[in-house]
Amino acid sequence: MRSPSPRGLLAAVLLAAAVPAPAPALADDAPPPGRRAALLHMLRQDCGACHGMTLKGGLGTPLLPADLAAKAPDALADVVLDGVPGTPMPPWRALLTAGEARWMIDRLREGLDR
Amino acid sequence: MTPCFRRPLFGLLLASAAIAAAIAAAFAMPAAADSLRGTNDLGIVIERAVGRLLVVETSGRKALAEVAGLGDLSHAAAVFSRDGRFAYVFGRDGGLSKVDLLTATIVKRVMQAGNSIGGAISQDGRLVAVQNYEPGGVKVFDSATLELVADIPATYGDGTARSKVVGLADAPGNRFVFTLYEAGEIWVADLSDPARPALRKYPDIGRQPYDGLVTPDGRHYIAGLFGEDGLALLDLWNPDAGVRRILGGYGRGEQPLPVYKMPHLRGWAQAGGRLYLPAIGRHEVLVVDAATWTEVARIPVRGQPVFVMAQPDGRQVWVNFALPDNGFVQVIDVPTSTLVRTLEPGPGVLHLEFTPRGEQVWVSVRDQDRVRVYDTGSFAEVDALPADKPSGIFFTARANRIGL
Repeated sequence: MRSPSPRGLLAAVLLAAAVPAPAPALADDAPPPGRRAALLHMLRQDCGACHGMTLKGGLGTPLLPADLAAKAPDALADVVLDGVPGTPMPPWRALLTAGEARWMIDRLREGLDR
Repeated sequence: MTPCFRRPLFGLLLASAAIAAAIAAAFAMPAAADSLRGTNDLGIVIERAVGRLLVVETSGRKALAEVAGLGDLSHAAAVFSRDGRFAYVFGRDGGLSKVDLLTATIVKRVMQAGNSIGGAISQDGRLVAVQNYEPGGVKVFDSATLELVADIPATYGDGTARSKVVGLADAPGNRFVFTLYEAGEIWVADLSDPARPALRKYPDIGRQPYDGLVTPDGRHYIAGLFGEDGLALLDLWNPDAGVRRILGGYGRGEQPLPVYKMPHLRGWAQAGGRLYLPAIGRHEVLVVDAATWTEVARIPVRGQPVFVMAQPDGRQVWVNFALPDNGFVQVIDVPTSTLVRTLEPGPGVLHLEFTPRGEQVWVSVRDQDRVRVYDTGSFAEVDALPADKPSGIFFTARANRIGL
């Protein structure tokens, strides 16, 4: 086995410095505190436009904890990102990152009034 | 007049004033003549997050009073009694509240459903109808007492399923017209005899009708379709002709853009013999010839239109938008069908309402807790009023207009 060349070693060191320490995927994607207030606002005011400001449903389905408990959080986040074709639920991918969508699902699952 | 008359007359006046004051005191008269007022420059601003409304006056551009205790007012709407004194406020939680604008009090409040979306008042002013999501249907109330007069469940299919009801509007002949979202049907309810509503149903109008409107003359009812490109048109003067499709396939061959907020058709925009309507999934306002019901133009706009509203004089049409463009309002010049102005009132523009003759427009800016007032001629902002998360703005002039 060949030992790494000095140049290769340098590259590896630089790469290690550039990449942050490994962390749980979710924590890594979770929105920074400054963004969270905007996302909570969005949940009530914009999601609420169809799902009701108290999230008990409107033209859209209810999004209360009991309604979401049996569903996989990642699948729900995918619904947020990709929408539901054939229904008015739009894909939010242009406005939300995957981490933000998952964080919002977690907030819905525990209840905004908690 | 000679001096000798002056003194006795003055004395007489004093005596009459004293008598009048004594009578007033004796009967504890609540209102002196100078505190009487009309209601035609009044209105309400919904403060949706706190279940409250502001009673506002357009002449002085100010809030006169607050009325709290109205429940969940997300997506709340209102209609007015024909004397312009009472607002009937439809809350999301199924609450129907009758509010006295002059005393700023809730006269009566009933919880009539679990999830509700708006309502209408009949041509004769005696009936208030509410459209409900849960349980799906329309309930009709006596406007004086809020006693239930008729219950119209929106059943479809095998008769057990109930559809959400959208697009409820009043029409001449004490009729209410509304649309069943899941069922894809338009129903006309004739309440000439309120105890026995006569229903006429029009099935298969198209997929996912999301809202409806009655034209200002009360003749045509139009339901917008979310599930396909086009709108459903019913001529209420020729009910036997049935529902026909207009603007079918207006987006043919184009990939629809995401719709982050459902457009609203209520608050019709008819101007210069044309109807201005929001396209779905396209950043366009559709212009329809109201005589031939064909498309005459499309006006590209900044985002997905939500409200497309004509000034009372029909000279300009104002448009607000869904996310991410909900901080903007654009103005269309009707004679040239071109955009003449883009305003940026601020994030969360939810609604706009013109003063009765249209010299000013009030715009609710939710995320700034402000209602901004613009001059419709110069586009200058003439005032800004504080309001808590304002959404709908409704002025009493609606009492005199068909379909509002």
